[in-house]
Amino acid sequence: MDIPKIIRIIPRLDIKGANVIKGVHLECLRVVGDPGEMAARYYNQGADELIYMDVVASLYGRNNLLNIVEKASQNIFIPLTVGGGIRCLEDIRNILRAGADKVAINTHAIKNPDFITEAAKAFGSQCIVGSIEAKRISSGKWEAYTDNGRVVTGLDVVEWGKRLVSLGAGELLITSIDQEGTSKGYDVDLIRSIAPHVCVPVIACGGAGNPQDLTDVVKNGHADAVAAAHIFHYNQYSIQAVKEQLKDRSIPVRMAAGNL
Amino acid sequence: MKKIFIIDYGYGNLFGLKKALAYAGADVVVSAYPADFSGAAALVLPGVGAFGEGISEFEKRGFKKAVLDAFFSGKPLLGICLGMQFLFDKSYEFGEHAGLGIISGEVKQLSVQPGTFCKIPHIGWNALWPPDGKNSFSGHLLDNVTPGSQVYFVHSFVGYAASAADVLANTRYCDSVFPSVVCKANTFGVQFHPEKSGAVGIQILKNFISLL
Repeated sequence: MDIPKIIRIIPRLDIKGANVIKGVHLECLRVVGDPGEMAARYYNQGADELIYMDVVASLYGRNNLLNIVEKASQNIFIPLTVGGGIRCLEDIRNILRAGADKVAINTHAIKNPDFITEAAKAFGSQCIVGSIEAKRISSGKWEAYTDNGRVVTGLDVVEWGKRLVSLGAGELLITSIDQEGTSKGYDVDLIRSIAPHVCVPVIACGGAGNPQDLTDVVKNGHADAVAAAHIFHYNQYSIQAVKEQLKDRSIPVRMAAGNL
Repeated sequence: MKKIFIIDYGYGNLFGLKKALAYAGADVVVSAYPADFSGAAALVLPGVGAFGEGISEFEKRGFKKAVLDAFFSGKPLLGICLGMQFLFDKSYEFGEHAGLGIISGEVKQLSVQPGTFCKIPHIGWNALWPPDGKNSFSGHLLDNVTPGSQVYFVHSFVGYAASAADVLANTRYCDSVFPSVVCKANTFGVQFHPEKSGAVGIQILKNFISLL
């Protein structure tokens, strides 16, 4: 199949305190670097967007990201999405004020679905990313989790994804808890069960180990964008290198020589 | 230093735009008061959201006359996204709404043949191409921008210019082609977000600043 648009490649930076961390299945967190340095490196390599996720914010009710985002937005001119611990319109306003373009909302959307509608009305749907943490419970069935994979909700992921769109989410970020941090590839079935059935872009997340994994989730899962952490954080591949391989596999990508 | 004013009528995230203009070398002021504009060397008209609500707020706050004055006096003006759409005669987004009439044409829903990857809104990076298959861009705003350069879009509606002479660049999304950069005298409109379009976007902002 010809893919008629550019597929976005989005490094995801999970933040704890002042550091970028990385785990396996959203657990076993390790420090991998400085958020400012890593963001600048990815920007210069041609990242299409960046996602910052404050991974402990929902748990402890705090948000450490504002300073990091404020600094990044001085010299990084691609869309920045920020998630973690967003509970009210004031949280969103503060994040946008720091220089972000979009916010990713999971836990609070599940507690109070109308919050997505309020947020979309206040800031526009383009600004509201519905974030879903999905765990497979049987073949073709996934359950949504909150609080970075710690709390089960009983919600069916496919139905919840469609509901988030009807509530006003402008994009969906779907993270497979099963695949996250394993480098064993995306949950292609999960993405395919949602992406072709919603009118907003779906960003696949969790499991990228090599460029073929990204290829699979685009060609077979129909992801509109792919987020990845591990593959970039440990310098296994530069963003440019991944894009070159995707291009060789007939996936349109933005080939910037660099962003600066 | 000559100042660029970003028009703040309550629609859109101006923080990123302000930072990008500053990075590109501008002395930037965000202003919610049209009376301030006499001190502006150039205006930037941003915006996200729906046309009808946006333009009624824009008019309510007294910006219409200020922007038209800027246009007639030849002051450089850059409309971004919804701000670009305001430049047209009218929009059909949720009803029918009059625009500023600087660029003749109408704002309509971007229509694409539905397909797996062909979603509306059009969100993501896409290429700028010179109209009529030319191999370079005309118009100062796109100086040093190579045809095919990619920029970041987020929109469902587009402004279709009545006159091809007003179109500096087109963009193709799925089976649809739409104007992505328009121009009338010193007024420019870009459907994408230059402040989120990496080096290409910064170049375009620098080109705009150099008009001052």
